[in-house]
Amino acid sequence: MTTVNPVMDSTDSEYTDGAEDAGAGALAETGALALALAPRVGPVEGTWQTFSLAWRTLVQIRHNPVELIDFSIQPVMFLLLFTYVFGGAIGGSPHAYLIFALPGIIVQNSLFTTLNTATGLSTDLKEGFFDRLRSLPIARFAPLAGRILADIAKQAWAAAMLLAIGAILGFRFGAGAGRPLGALAAFGLVLVCTLAISWALVLVSMLAANPEKVQIFGFVVLFPLTFTSDAFVRTASMPGWLQAWSKANPVSILSDAMRGLLVSGPAARPVAESLLYAAAFTLVFAPLAVRAFKRRA
Amino acid sequence: MTYSIIAEGLVKRFGDTVALDGIDLAVRTGSVLGLLGPNGAGKTTAVRILATLVHPDGGRAAVCGHDVVSHAHQVRQLTGLTGQYASADNTLTGFENLTLIGRLTGQSRPDAKARARELLAGFRLTDAGDRAVKTYSGGMRRRLDLAASLVNRPRVLYLDEPTTGLDPLSRNEMWDVVRGLTAAGVTVLLTTQYLEEADQLADEIVVIDHGTVIATGTPEELKARAGALTLGVRPALAEDLPAVLAAVAGFTRSDPEVRATTVTIPVSGEDVMPAVVRRLEDAGIRVAELNLRGSTLDEVFLSLTGHRAEEAGTAELEGSAA
Repeated sequence: MTTVNPVMDSTDSEYTDGAEDAGAGALAETGALALALAPRVGPVEGTWQTFSLAWRTLVQIRHNPVELIDFSIQPVMFLLLFTYVFGGAIGGSPHAYLIFALPGIIVQNSLFTTLNTATGLSTDLKEGFFDRLRSLPIARFAPLAGRILADIAKQAWAAAMLLAIGAILGFRFGAGAGRPLGALAAFGLVLVCTLAISWALVLVSMLAANPEKVQIFGFVVLFPLTFTSDAFVRTASMPGWLQAWSKANPVSILSDAMRGLLVSGPAARPVAESLLYAAAFTLVFAPLAVRAFKRRA
Repeated sequence: MTYSIIAEGLVKRFGDTVALDGIDLAVRTGSVLGLLGPNGAGKTTAVRILATLVHPDGGRAAVCGHDVVSHAHQVRQLTGLTGQYASADNTLTGFENLTLIGRLTGQSRPDAKARARELLAGFRLTDAGDRAVKTYSGGMRRRLDLAASLVNRPRVLYLDEPTTGLDPLSRNEMWDVVRGLTAAGVTVLLTTQYLEEADQLADEIVVIDHGTVIATGTPEELKARAGALTLGVRPALAEDLPAVLAAVAGFTRSDPEVRATTVTIPVSGEDVMPAVVRRLEDAGIRVAELNLRGSTLDEVFLSLTGHRAEEAGTAELEGSAA
């Protein structure tokens, strides 16, 4: 203790008046150039940092091509299995079922991709990469935003691929004016809605102890949520109570909206409802997720 | 005299656990401070507060005059962190990890790449630069972690147990790197569980236990106080133990300790050995075993605090605190 106390006395003034001067003095004495320190991160810098961190998530694919299979082959496999195995039994013919199910499969795939956001964040937390990032002078939101941005990009890729392969298999975009716009709108809608849902998954990743637990939670919640909707089947054959739930299920509403935009049927109402759901999810879960992120990360 | 790191009365609680219970630190610019203590003593928590990762519940700390809470962004521009909990992305290559950090800290693409190459070469990782970090050995990983914390040319560097789990060769390499950094004027705060490491690198050592400072001084001062070496004497006959205790009593200020039939005492230097041998001979004690070795942290603790460093159990606390 003998050496500490005199130190406190001699430097107390540096604390109270002119913190900047003390810093500059310390640097000058070591012969370093006086550094101009930025007081905070600007929004433009923060955006670039977000892009850098999104790049980091996407470049992982190059080193781990299995991941590419995970988010390209898997949705296509789902599409083929549902169309040709269940299609005839559920929808009368594979082709009729393809037209019914493709919008739902796009929704299901996007929903499951949000699980990647959560497990990725959880892994970064556990392995200490987040501590590395947080010790750097970067925007506090960049690690989170970068991860979400990268996963949105992956979703866009998977949705585009599903649409392309669906078209090859015989999926016909609905006739009528403005249909190319309809496909584009469907594309945008599914990205907006899954972005909203990913806030809930971010919250889960911050509360869960490790990536495995995130994975388990995802399956326990996302699987039933998806399958108790009209994403894959018409709800008419379900028991009454399940039909009632299915009508309110956001996955159903989003699937209906996608059908309306991609094929035919009423679009305005389910689209509006989907956007309401998205807004509600964002309002509830984004603040909770950001708070948990600040606390944990 | 200028101080790059100053902490006053730092307190941090995690639930009911008090990780830091009022710690004072002062690190002279360009020097190395060794923060020595067992697992769970609060070393990592202290570093995390100084690196702006955790807010203290009490007290204050400043790096180069910038408060770690109210001016965290300035502090982050001046500091680098390498430790158990700050690591690289396993799936990226070493080169990509370093360029990413360069880009994040505002370097242009060519600058970030040049800096990454420079650091990889400096840490003998050029050949491994294009391999994913998950294929690296423990020593390579630590070198990369250290390189990552240097991308932004920090003035102050935190090394949180930089050599824990490394083989002796890699440990010596890390030590050389740290010496090189201090020669370049970087201020270093180093946490360690190894007395030898603090002795090798630090200009000043602060020993902490249960979140409080229990001793401060230069390595020489501490060794003189605590006994840098431990002398062990095992008499051939167990009934000679009291005689051995009496014979060695004059060589140390703290009490001799008896484990099984071996008497151990902390001593300050090698010159004690011949004197002890003479004394034992004079007393007519037949000695089965006589040895002199470096004191362990445990033994230093025992002589500084009178109790053993509690290694087991508390390790988890610090882990969950992180």
